[in-house]
Amino acid sequence: MTTLLVLGTVLLLIVVSTQIGKISELTAKIRGEESVQSDRNNSNAILGLFFLVGFLIFCFGTAAYYYKYMLGYGIEYASSGARKIQGLFNWTLFFTGIVFVLTHIALFWFAYKYKGEKGRKVLFMPHDNRLEVIWTAIPAVVMCGLVISGLWVWNDVMKDVGETENVLEIEATGYQFGWTMRYPGADNALGTKYFRNITPGVNDIGVDFNDVKSQDDIILAGSEEIVIPKNKKIRVRITAKDVLHNFYLAHFSTKMDAIPGLPTYFVFTPIMTTEEYRQSLKNNPAYQEPMDPSEPTGPKRWEAFNYELACSRLCGKGHFSMRRVVKVVNQDEYDKWAAAQKPFFTENIEGKVEAGKYSWYKGEAPKTATPQEFSATSLEASKAGDVLDLNHVFFATGSSTLTPESTKELDLIVEALNKNPKMTVEVSGHTDNVGDKAKNQILSQERAKAVEAYVEKKGIDTKRIESIGFGDTKPIGDNSTDAGKQLNRRIEFKILTK
Amino acid sequence: MEAAEIKNSVLAVPTQDGVVYQDAEIQIQETGWSDGFHDHHHGDKYQSGFISTYIFSTDHKMISKQFLVTGIIWAIIGAGMSIIFRLQLGFPEANLSWLRPLLGKWIVVNAETGIGKLDTEFYYSLVTMHGTIIVFFVLTAGLSGTFSNLLIPLQLGARDMASGFLNMLSYWFFFLSGIVMFYSLFLSTGPFSGGWTAYPPLSALPEASDGSGAGMTLWIVSLVLFVVSVLLGGMNYITTVLNLRTKGMTLWRMPLTIWAFLVTAILALLSFPVLASAFFLLMFDRGLGTSFYLSDIFIGGKALDHVGGSPILYQHLFWFLGHPEVYIIILPAMGIVSEVLSVHARKPIFGYRAMIYSILAIGFLAFIVWAHHMFMSGVNPFISNFFVLFTLIIAVPSAVKVFNWIATIYGGNFRFNSASLFGIGFVSMFISGGLTGIFLGNSAIDIRLHDTYFVVAHFHIVMGIAAFFGMFAGIYHWYPKMYQRFMNETLGQIHFWGTFIGAYAIFWPMHYIGLAGVPRRYYSFDTFDAFRHFSGTNEFITVSAIVVFALQILFVINFFWSIWKGRPQTTKNPWDANTLEWTTEIHPGHGNWGDKLPIVNRWAYDYGKDGIDYIPQIIPAREGEETDH
Repeated sequence: MTTLLVLGTVLLLIVVSTQIGKISELTAKIRGEESVQSDRNNSNAILGLFFLVGFLIFCFGTAAYYYKYMLGYGIEYASSGARKIQGLFNWTLFFTGIVFVLTHIALFWFAYKYKGEKGRKVLFMPHDNRLEVIWTAIPAVVMCGLVISGLWVWNDVMKDVGETENVLEIEATGYQFGWTMRYPGADNALGTKYFRNITPGVNDIGVDFNDVKSQDDIILAGSEEIVIPKNKKIRVRITAKDVLHNFYLAHFSTKMDAIPGLPTYFVFTPIMTTEEYRQSLKNNPAYQEPMDPSEPTGPKRWEAFNYELACSRLCGKGHFSMRRVVKVVNQDEYDKWAAAQKPFFTENIEGKVEAGKYSWYKGEAPKTATPQEFSATSLEASKAGDVLDLNHVFFATGSSTLTPESTKELDLIVEALNKNPKMTVEVSGHTDNVGDKAKNQILSQERAKAVEAYVEKKGIDTKRIESIGFGDTKPIGDNSTDAGKQLNRRIEFKILTK
Repeated sequence: MEAAEIKNSVLAVPTQDGVVYQDAEIQIQETGWSDGFHDHHHGDKYQSGFISTYIFSTDHKMISKQFLVTGIIWAIIGAGMSIIFRLQLGFPEANLSWLRPLLGKWIVVNAETGIGKLDTEFYYSLVTMHGTIIVFFVLTAGLSGTFSNLLIPLQLGARDMASGFLNMLSYWFFFLSGIVMFYSLFLSTGPFSGGWTAYPPLSALPEASDGSGAGMTLWIVSLVLFVVSVLLGGMNYITTVLNLRTKGMTLWRMPLTIWAFLVTAILALLSFPVLASAFFLLMFDRGLGTSFYLSDIFIGGKALDHVGGSPILYQHLFWFLGHPEVYIIILPAMGIVSEVLSVHARKPIFGYRAMIYSILAIGFLAFIVWAHHMFMSGVNPFISNFFVLFTLIIAVPSAVKVFNWIATIYGGNFRFNSASLFGIGFVSMFISGGLTGIFLGNSAIDIRLHDTYFVVAHFHIVMGIAAFFGMFAGIYHWYPKMYQRFMNETLGQIHFWGTFIGAYAIFWPMHYIGLAGVPRRYYSFDTFDAFRHFSGTNEFITVSAIVVFALQILFVINFFWSIWKGRPQTTKNPWDANTLEWTTEIHPGHGNWGDKLPIVNRWAYDYGKDGIDYIPQIIPAREGEETDH
């Protein structure tokens, strides 16, 4: 039936149009091509003017109507980076707007003014160098301005975080069709992960739980709200499990592809909490209707507003459904939230997954983070969780007496502790495997204590420094060689907080 | 001189005493040169049978018609697909069961409610096919293939293309490519559904989506065949332009159409092979286990062996074609519009040389801006600095072209008809779409707008609608040359005004949707609170799209009806144009001209000079007359 209807309509269209065609051909024949052409010129030229006026009214009218919906205009951007773009956007709109209106007026006005008329004398003007120089130069200058200001903003917004900057780094892993979020936990550092570690249902993004940094990481799967603090620089490490995705937060103007095998990042600073943002929408006419149309008395759009994470790179048939709610809260509220989250490792892995069953959880004592060479610079740049290996702290063989040359590095540590009142550290002693295990344990303990005592003597509160001995349990070198033994006899210095 | 006599004459020959009207044939007999073409081909059985005339023809005029008609068929299919997915976007609640006879299982009918819905995956297939078909089959083959073939020999005074056989192959590779693509529509797993850009890993892994299986294989095969077609055509166009120009036709006397086709062909020749290589590597990744584009993937319950590749490499290769491709589409339209506006304004194109330099500048810049499609793709933000710079520089030659078109209309004697109206429409669309490009080309603003509806609006206006308008202008203008009849004017004008207003009604509101942050390629906006404000707007867009589609059907009816029933062409030069194609017989035979070929004595744009309406290129210069500008 419908097929017949469609066919009928098409047939009718054909008949009508051929009839119009025939009639117009016939009139043209009767009236003469020339007079018909003259009518055509008049009617189309006037139609052009009507179009021009109608079109400009349409453009400005719709702009006014849609103002309330547009980010950066009727509704605000909620990140500092996005707002930096606004000036550039406005200037671009200003220049293009002028060109748009003027060229359209010229186009349709000239077509009207110079419509074909019998006997009109044509202006023979093959070129005009002065005019052409002018209208080449002006766009070039304007473009230069837009390029320079554009690149200024771009390099500012896209800048990665500095080594020592105080940021929250979280990780988003896109998959078909959703996002897994990972938070760094207490050490403020994300552990490593690897795609071959992925074990569906157990370890969905392939975290390496042999890495000590992973063990306090918090993983938000499925549909849990993503919580981030206001006014804190957020660096999102963006990765993907299967195909390309794109980490898109419309209200923060955050957009970056998630690529399997190639981590990307986007840095942004939210400057409005969800609650503040709702208040900012309170008077927006577009946000007054009920959020759920089936529930007319329910909360209005602005009351129920939430930031949303979306995917903006076609990733398959569920592309349009990769939604996650993002909640921005004040720092203290965030701290409370973060403290209440249980590390994924203690909740789901430790004691629940058989140690050694998977390569990503051997169940051995956690590998410490690889110690870094100690120097004034590495100390300066260090952040919580970092481990520094003291190279020039020596003891007399078999004793816990510091040799005089050891003070140089220790004084640097004292200086750093004085400079960073929030800094707390852990000093650990390690030995090689020569001799009695228990004795080694005691010796390493005493040596760590000796360091603590030295630092205390210099006026540092002992609450800020913990000493611990590991004996020979945490070798970093091969004990069968002398060089390895040398490596293993060491004092490590771990930054707990900074 | 008698009025009737003037009407039937073709050429206005200015003499010291005034203007003498003369038939082009007589003029060419008097001043032309003989190349012995007809002696050489005497007794040829060339184009004597049906198959050699209409199917495997090596005549550029017939091949041009083949490209055009095939392009029109593909345009109906491609545009029809957009109507179906626009139904989903505009009326997501509607019952689409009535489409079942056409789409079969892709309309999923809910057993309880009886409501039929467009299958999600098939929605993406339609979007993908719409893009692929319109970009490659319609606006590359249908536009450039049609008019390069028709006009290069005719406007240059050549007997035919440099190689008629390669030219024929070019069409048949295109045809074959179309057959393969068409076949993929009927696969049980559906045609490819990963977007016309076919980014891996989605396009590389059959596990990633249904369409990435056999659908993708056919998609690649089809497009590789298409690349072959483009290369064969492009080589021919370049060779013909450089070698087969008639006497007097210097490069600086060529009509702007030919300049545009030449630069287009060069762009195609340099960029399409890169696309082919991208596709070959993709095929290797799909079939041979290589890892050019793939690394660290866990899909379908297992970790894949591919390690070390980069999906971004594909994007570089793809856009190295993809960006020049938009100029491959728009340059021929620009050339056609320059010619059409000048002829119908009865006035020389303003700034002929500036127009050529801007075509060349655009052609050159086309190759160093590709990464502006990739600002948000994970490339180093530092690299984007260069691409922003080069991208925004393109605004300068583009602005020059726009100003020159407007200056061409200024002071003219503008003859309104379907062709010139579409010329004006083109300029309007090019302005509107070009200006939004200035937003997107600036990477900082692109952070906001990348992959939103703003982008959809931008490229549809500037390279979709604008290029179609250029194509329509060309079809209405050169229809008599192709079919010896005119298309119906009244229907043409209805077609123009309806399409012009309708196209803005479709795409203008999309800017606002994009500025509200709504991403493109979404099957449904219901999931997101922020994106579902616009159901009214989307309905409006869909209705506009249906109206515009109906108007294109009107055009198609007009096109085919006029082939047999249109007003016959009675004079050789109906538009009083200067270029050589109007000096042939009304129905030019094989070889285009008789014994003698025309000799060119001046540039193509002597309109309104010294009070004479037009002076064709074959008219010798008077003493002291300036013949080049």
